[in-house]
Amino acid sequence: MPEVHSTCCYCGVGCGVIIDRREGRITGVRGDPKHPANFGRLCGKGQTLHETVGGHGRALHPELRLDRNTPRARVSWDAALDHVAEKFADTIKKHGPDSVAFYISGQLLTEDYYTFNKLARALVGTNNVDSNSRLCMSSAVAGYKATLGADAPPTCYEDIDHADCIVIAGSNAAWAHPVLFRRIEDAKAKNPDLKIIVIDPRRTATAEIADLHLAIQPGTDVVLFHGMLNALLWENLSNTAYIEAHTQGYDALKTLVREYSPGFAAEVCGITTEELLTAARWFGTARAALSLYCMGLNQSSSGADKNAALINLHLATGHIGRPGAGPFSLTGQPNAMGGRETGAMANLLIGHRDLNDANDRAEVAKLWDVPSIPSHPGKTAVEMFAAIARGEIKAVWIACTNPAQSLPGQNAVRDALMQAELVVLQETYADTETAPYADVLLPAAGWGEKEGTVTNSERRISRVRAAVDAPGEARPDWRIVCDFAMLLERKIHGHASARFAFDNPRQIFNEYREMTRGRNTDITGLGYATLDAKGPQQWPYAVGAREGKQRLYENGVFPIAGGRARFAAVPYKPVAENIDARFPFRLTTGRLRDQWHGMTRSGRVARLWGHAPEPAVSLNPADLARRGLVAGDIVRLESRRGALNVIAAADPGVAPGQAFLPMHWGSRYLSGAGINALTLPVIDPKSFQPELKHCAIKVSKALLPWRLIAFGTPRDGDALAQLTRVQAWLPEFEFASCALTPDAGGVLLRAAAGTAPAADVLEAIHALFELDSEDVLRYADPTRGNARCVRLDGERVVAVCLSGDGSSESWLREFHAQGLPAAALGALLLAPTARAPAGATSRGRIICSCHGVGENAIVTAMQGAAGDATARLGSAQQQLLCGTQCGSCLPELRKLAAAAVVAA
Amino acid sequence: MNKNNKLRLVCVGNGMAGMRALEELLKLAPDLYDITMFGAEPHPNYNRILLSPVLAGEQTLQEIMLNDLDWYAQHNIRLHLGKKVTTIDRIKRVVHAEDGTTAEYDRLLLATGSNPILLPIPGMTLPGVLTYRDIADTESMISAASQHKSAVVIGGGLLGLEAANGLKQRGMDVTVVHLAEWLMERQLDRTASKLLQGSLEKKGLRFRLATQTAELVAGESGRVAAVRFKDGSTVAAELVVVAIGIRPNIELAEKAGLYCNRGIVVSDTMQTYDPRIYAVGECANHRGIAYGLVAPLFDMARVCANHLAGHGIGRYTGSLTSTKLKVTGIELFSAGDFQGSDGAEDITLSDPLRGVYKKLVIKDDKLIGSVLYGDTVDGAYYFRLLTEGSKVSAIRDQLMFGDAVTAAH
Repeated sequence: MPEVHSTCCYCGVGCGVIIDRREGRITGVRGDPKHPANFGRLCGKGQTLHETVGGHGRALHPELRLDRNTPRARVSWDAALDHVAEKFADTIKKHGPDSVAFYISGQLLTEDYYTFNKLARALVGTNNVDSNSRLCMSSAVAGYKATLGADAPPTCYEDIDHADCIVIAGSNAAWAHPVLFRRIEDAKAKNPDLKIIVIDPRRTATAEIADLHLAIQPGTDVVLFHGMLNALLWENLSNTAYIEAHTQGYDALKTLVREYSPGFAAEVCGITTEELLTAARWFGTARAALSLYCMGLNQSSSGADKNAALINLHLATGHIGRPGAGPFSLTGQPNAMGGRETGAMANLLIGHRDLNDANDRAEVAKLWDVPSIPSHPGKTAVEMFAAIARGEIKAVWIACTNPAQSLPGQNAVRDALMQAELVVLQETYADTETAPYADVLLPAAGWGEKEGTVTNSERRISRVRAAVDAPGEARPDWRIVCDFAMLLERKIHGHASARFAFDNPRQIFNEYREMTRGRNTDITGLGYATLDAKGPQQWPYAVGAREGKQRLYENGVFPIAGGRARFAAVPYKPVAENIDARFPFRLTTGRLRDQWHGMTRSGRVARLWGHAPEPAVSLNPADLARRGLVAGDIVRLESRRGALNVIAAADPGVAPGQAFLPMHWGSRYLSGAGINALTLPVIDPKSFQPELKHCAIKVSKALLPWRLIAFGTPRDGDALAQLTRVQAWLPEFEFASCALTPDAGGVLLRAAAGTAPAADVLEAIHALFELDSEDVLRYADPTRGNARCVRLDGERVVAVCLSGDGSSESWLREFHAQGLPAAALGALLLAPTARAPAGATSRGRIICSCHGVGENAIVTAMQGAAGDATARLGSAQQQLLCGTQCGSCLPELRKLAAAAVVAA
Repeated sequence: MNKNNKLRLVCVGNGMAGMRALEELLKLAPDLYDITMFGAEPHPNYNRILLSPVLAGEQTLQEIMLNDLDWYAQHNIRLHLGKKVTTIDRIKRVVHAEDGTTAEYDRLLLATGSNPILLPIPGMTLPGVLTYRDIADTESMISAASQHKSAVVIGGGLLGLEAANGLKQRGMDVTVVHLAEWLMERQLDRTASKLLQGSLEKKGLRFRLATQTAELVAGESGRVAAVRFKDGSTVAAELVVVAIGIRPNIELAEKAGLYCNRGIVVSDTMQTYDPRIYAVGECANHRGIAYGLVAPLFDMARVCANHLAGHGIGRYTGSLTSTKLKVTGIELFSAGDFQGSDGAEDITLSDPLRGVYKKLVIKDDKLIGSVLYGDTVDGAYYFRLLTEGSKVSAIRDQLMFGDAVTAAH
């Protein structure tokens, strides 16, 4: 069979994909028209998945180093696993089971998760198993459990089609969950009366669709929700019948929200009372109100409360358990849900059992045939790395995640990784930020190479299928875990039991399935055969069921003793780190449209760099002006924990006094420890999720007068190999960033420093970009620190390095990107002019990555079109094909179409 | 004074400097002097710097003649061709030529030029060994090229390369031997020189750089047959052209007791220590410099003429020089201090695809030198900046891109 049905491995929408393969290679990917998450749609990231697996950076064979001063050397699987088992056994023996830890990932498959969980709890005897979902979904877990009694989104994607009011809170779904957002756009198009409220401090692409955008101050969500509830009660828009029949704790909440008058709440949130009242009225009078929320609520020191406060609104209005209604937490990773279901987190237990409940623990121990499950909670992600730094945890096993990029307070995290006695990294890629810290590297199979299941945001379990064999010696994650577990068992107990003797993921799934029996996640009616035959299914799906449950709590009965949902009377707590005179800016973080997480995958795809070509911090234009900054300046961002130099960009959508950094940029793309050098490792006491979304920073102009920009297409066409070479130089500069160029298959390096570097550094950079050959055009004025080199291949500019005066950057980049004929310009290519010597036209920023359409062409097309904004959009789509493939750029196209009215 | 009550001016040297001084003088004061001209060569005045194109076969001797005999007659100039002046009697103010011709003077203009430097090695007097100075040398080379195959040019300076190119054009196998590590080291930096060498190699010339000649070896016929180097190796050479430099011709002046020091020392009015006697051209040493290029000679001639005409307002303060190599297909321009002394700052540009290399040297915010190879369009512009000595900081970043870009800026 040439094509294989599987799922996309990016966000939690969980789109179905069809993988094309030829001769053992993945050759393409497209949306699965039958998958209920996407019905054939894919976003730009999903469409390019096939470009992420075949090439560079893959971990291909196990590697091991015995001391930190030597590089890792290739070893056999047996040698690697034996070494790790020996170390783990020894550490456990000497320091107890809690001296080791497993830090795993929401990108693992359910079967992988299950084996890790079993390894930690049933064999090692520790709850020190936590997942990067801790950075992502744990506040949603805590919010659901606190109010609805179980960690289960009660909703489904179809609810979008039935809602007449959608609240999008703390989510830039237009960029983070593009395919889901297409569905919202469709719903809005079908039903113009659908009210969409977007709650976000920034005017994001998502906010463009909003009928009401509440640009609240960061961290004030609880105040907003309480204020809305206050208004609902005051205006008799609550559903007293529902409250009485299905909830508890109402009086305490009512007492609490009395203090959150709309006027007070609006003031705290920084919005108008009218806006707050409008939101409350739309929500209260809606036939079916749906809320979609994400990291803006979760990544907070009061994330669980934010979740709960929003769910309060649903309970108070009865907007739950009906088509189109309910609180819907969107997951950031493809299988965050699977991790939650298998309990592979330090404070959870399998099958949504409670780690604090002795009976639940005993049940699990019995199912696993072990004497007991440890009772005290394990260390959650942030705590885990603090414990490593303190020496309490001595050996850490990291799988499928990149803590040296993604955890807050990077400087401390990296110190911890240095401090650990043993760091094991089980990874698909050998070039992540975490890889240099690994003593042992275990190559893992990646997307398209492994079998198993995942659960998406709407509780839908899909089969993940392998299309090709893993490259080199890479193995599926579950296999690595089981092989290791059996070795470890022998070393600890002298013999191996059958506990990890799995031959395939189906056996694992079946064992896991048994552990859900009678639980709210019961999938005893589901097997690989059912999934293969009937396609993806939602849980619960108990034995005997014909299908999964589309919605939960339709009968108003909640999995809480007595069946009543709980209102959460949670007072507002401000952000953990408030601004002050020294750190006066609020830094918020989020996603870009075409990158994902730490860019381990998406960063390898050149065309995903078109939309946001270089790392930048977005600031309000007024703040830039007040500080004497202009877009393009390099600014120094400083928090109490670290600092970062980055380019400043102007964005009127960022409120004054705030700064926005994409979460993606780590030390592979920026000099320094990446954006999380700044962020705050303070965690929510209920969910243990860190407040990645907000910290206080100061912004100042970086005094780095010496500048360098280099870009080019390597002779051998291997941009990823060149990127790797360039990345090794980033730490040499006070500021440096690198990127793939979306066109012309090249690499870009930008650097700045206080003084010009030594001549040999410049020579080395020239060599990196193959500007050291005889045929290079050169200009050099060393006294002024100006040096420019251009290499041509026939008519085209193929490599450029400008150090010092870089005023010719923009047109030279256009020449490179578009392959414009340049040879006739000769030495004028070296001239320091801001405009090209001959009339080359700029294409502007890439808006549509699928078709490579730039802003200027779009604006021109729209301005030439008759009719209203919709007609202009249609005209541009017809002429240029922009926004006709994945649709991720549609919010921006609409914005341009609307702006074109003004221009015309 | 002569019988017409005219002052008598005698000019020794019918070369470019002497002639230019007379021409300038005739413009200012056509009737002031009774003029006598002595020329050692048997030809009327010709453009010596165009001897190279003649050698290369690109021009004829006729084409490089400046003033024919009629011209002298028209201007009442008494012309003594092929007469070498051997003595100046400063007391009696009379010059004596080899053949006994004499001429009395009120003013004397020395424009005796320079002599080629010879190598102090065996074999320099062998038949087939030439220097490159005048029409006779050029004709000898042309004739040798028609009869012989192999030639060696000793000296990779401007003149040597032009000679080598000319001989190559006439079908000889030419090897250029040069003592320094790169060609034209007094006009070019290493980079430009290597580009030049590459271009000349493409034309078929061969080079032995950093090579010292030990001996010119005679063949069986008695004519030179080979050049032997210090390292013992040899190269066949039926023609050897020695072009390792020039030395001001001061023999006559020294004999007359005029103060000389590597040239006849002159003041800013081009007067020697005997104020009746002027000196211009390659024979003169002005402020310690003896020039070997044409442009300064013209400057000197203009000042000298001004004084001879009695205006007395011109002063010569020295020349910035620029060089162009007269080899077809090779564009090369060099001016000023291109090596850069202490505190000098280089700006360089190279476009290897078109064989372009440019270097500008800046000191104290002024352009002090430039080397252009492959594209000399802006040579005049740089030379103007160089001579004007204006500050360049405001246009420095655009400077390299020439007049057009700088003006547009």
